[in-house]
Amino acid sequence: MDRVPVLKIGDILLVSIQIDLQDQSVLALQEDLAERIVSTGARGVIIDITAVEIVDSFIGRMFATIASMSRLLDAETVVVGMRPAVAITLVELGLSLGGVRTALDLEKGLALLNADGVSQTARALRDIR
Amino acid sequence: MTTSDDVEIPIATGDDVVRVRQATRTAAGAARLSLVDQTKVVTAASELARNTLVYGGGGEALVSQVTDERGRAGVRIVFRDEGPGIADVDLALTDGWTSGQGLGLGLTGARRLVDAFDLETAVGQGTTITVTKWRR
Ligand SMILES: Nc1ncnc2c1ncn2[C@@H]1O[C@H](COP(=O)(O)OP(=O)(O)OP(=O)(O)O)[C@@H](O)[C@H]1O
Ligand SMILES: [Mg+2]
Repeated sequence: MDRVPVLKIGDILLVSIQIDLQDQSVLALQEDLAERIVSTGARGVIIDITAVEIVDSFIGRMFATIASMSRLLDAETVVVGMRPAVAITLVELGLSLGGVRTALDLEKGLALLNADGVSQTARALRDIR
Repeated sequence: MTTSDDVEIPIATGDDVVRVRQATRTAAGAARLSLVDQTKVVTAASELARNTLVYGGGGEALVSQVTDERGRAGVRIVFRDEGPGIADVDLALTDGWTSGQGLGLGLTGARRLVDAFDLETAVGQGTTITVTKWRR
């Protein structure tokens, strides 16, 4: 089973999904993230799906679960980089992802966490530019 | 009409569901579906392959490129299992209805994402679902 690496950058956890994930890997990622949020005290989670070709009900539900779970653990989750074809398909599938915050790309995702005052790192990364 | 590029994929693990997605993507690309239509049919295939695994107790998928009478290309996937079957098809095809822990979106969502959707099932014998997506 493939495991998705979770990178810690300051007070943000960054997950970049680069492979076609089977369901068990999706569940493992969910658990890894919960543990890492607590062990690192992260304030924000960014899930980058730029490379993801399809989002079905299972992975879509993972986004929603991670979003509510991270909120309970005092962190905000933003899903970034959704492809247009994926967004069109998700709507037709019937998955609205209501509680999930999204941004068009990583930079805008960081800006969102910064605007919330959630993340010091988001601010620092923005100021570097 | 089906062609010699048919691929048969046993569905017994989560990795097999990934294989069905990939084979569907390859066939949809070869049939020159638009990127959006490729994404739709691969997503539908993922939902149906997972159902075959989770509810059907495993089975197989047959992925083929097809052409209709007018020469239009498309991709067709047949999902087959010898599981418990679906007792109430109308209920199963209701948005939001699940017998498990799902969202109850797989069957109805998959049906919306393809051009043709055919479901045959018999309690105690199994389920066969055939979907087709045509090039526009
Ligand atoms: N191959 C199958 N064999 C037996 N029952 C099935 C099969 N496929 C679907 N079902 C039944 O139909 C119901 C609806 O399926 P559907 O895919 O729409 O929702 P789900 O799998 O429960 O949730 P989701 O797909 O949103 O995660 C299932 O809960 C199950 O009871
Ligand atoms: Mg399902």
